[in-house]
Amino acid sequence: MHELSIAMSIIELAEEEAEKRGAKIEAVHLKLGALAGVVKEALLSCYEMACENTSAQGSRLIVEDVPVIIFCQTCNAQRTLATIQQFTCPDCNTPSWQVLQGKELEVVALEIIECAPNHA
Amino acid sequence: MRPEPRLIEVRKNVLKQNDVIARALRDRFRAAGVFVVSLVSSPGSGKTAFLEKTLTLLRPRFRVAALVGDLATENDAARLARSRAPVKQITTGTLCHLEAAMVQTALEGWNVSDLDFLFVENVGNLVCPSSYDLGEDLRLVLLSVTEGEDKPLKYPTIFNSADVAVITKMDLAEAVEFDWETAYKNIQSVRPGMKVFKVSAKSGDGLENYFAFLSQRLSELRNAVVT
Repeated sequence: MHELSIAMSIIELAEEEAEKRGAKIEAVHLKLGALAGVVKEALLSCYEMACENTSAQGSRLIVEDVPVIIFCQTCNAQRTLATIQQFTCPDCNTPSWQVLQGKELEVVALEIIECAPNHA
Repeated sequence: MRPEPRLIEVRKNVLKQNDVIARALRDRFRAAGVFVVSLVSSPGSGKTAFLEKTLTLLRPRFRVAALVGDLATENDAARLARSRAPVKQITTGTLCHLEAAMVQTALEGWNVSDLDFLFVENVGNLVCPSSYDLGEDLRLVLLSVTEGEDKPLKYPTIFNSADVAVITKMDLAEAVEFDWETAYKNIQSVRPGMKVFKVSAKSGDGLENYFAFLSQRLSELRNAVVT
């Protein structure tokens, strides 16, 4: 169970970005790959817990699930996997371990409220 | 009136800190010409027995050392020390996996260029270690015959993240009616093309094949560094 430490890293990263802008965090948008090794439900509950007594308290974590995309050499094309239990092309059945997408664990955006209008 | 939230783009990898340290470790290992193998598996799959045998049998031929991660005890380091190879325990406390920074700290005072192989035994866990790069050249996932042939399907992420699989406790295969074909098929399903070794740390069967593979990978690494 490493979701708590991951939630803490997410908050740390978000706080850093928000502080730069003197802003309050409303929501964090996260891309989560199916191969990231992180359980979404566990991460969501850990996030809430980890937010307590931080400047991100009360903010939401919005998770975008990212499916695995492999490269199929037979089709010479990218293919999206329906399951991570079978790394074969859904069209032609050729096995492939060339993973092009699906390992993401990335903060992509923040929803912030700027506290003081310090921009000219 | 409550101000409207503004959306700002960030694009930052959450595990960036670990990845940066792992990259620095990998550069250091490459420059030193040491081949680094990490071992992951569930608890009780025989990682320590396999590693003890590996260290004992490789030590006359190569300069070997090991780091071993565990939640609470130093028992594994004591077992591995019987091989007479340099061994250091990393006690993670409550943490369920090793991180690159722990490897870095554990290596303080060690000159890695004095080594041919460094083995890093992760905490017994088939979930969390998959996300953390430790700077290794090869990630080895172990599966014991007593665990069931469907382990790869239950934990596809870690099997997919590994480079090589090792089936351990082959001496018990018959007693537990281990179905090799099914296990192999399941491994290939989650990681097509993965090399699989069958070993018994107890009898020593299959170990020489594995050592030949390691030795070849070490030569490849050193040739790549030279050219």
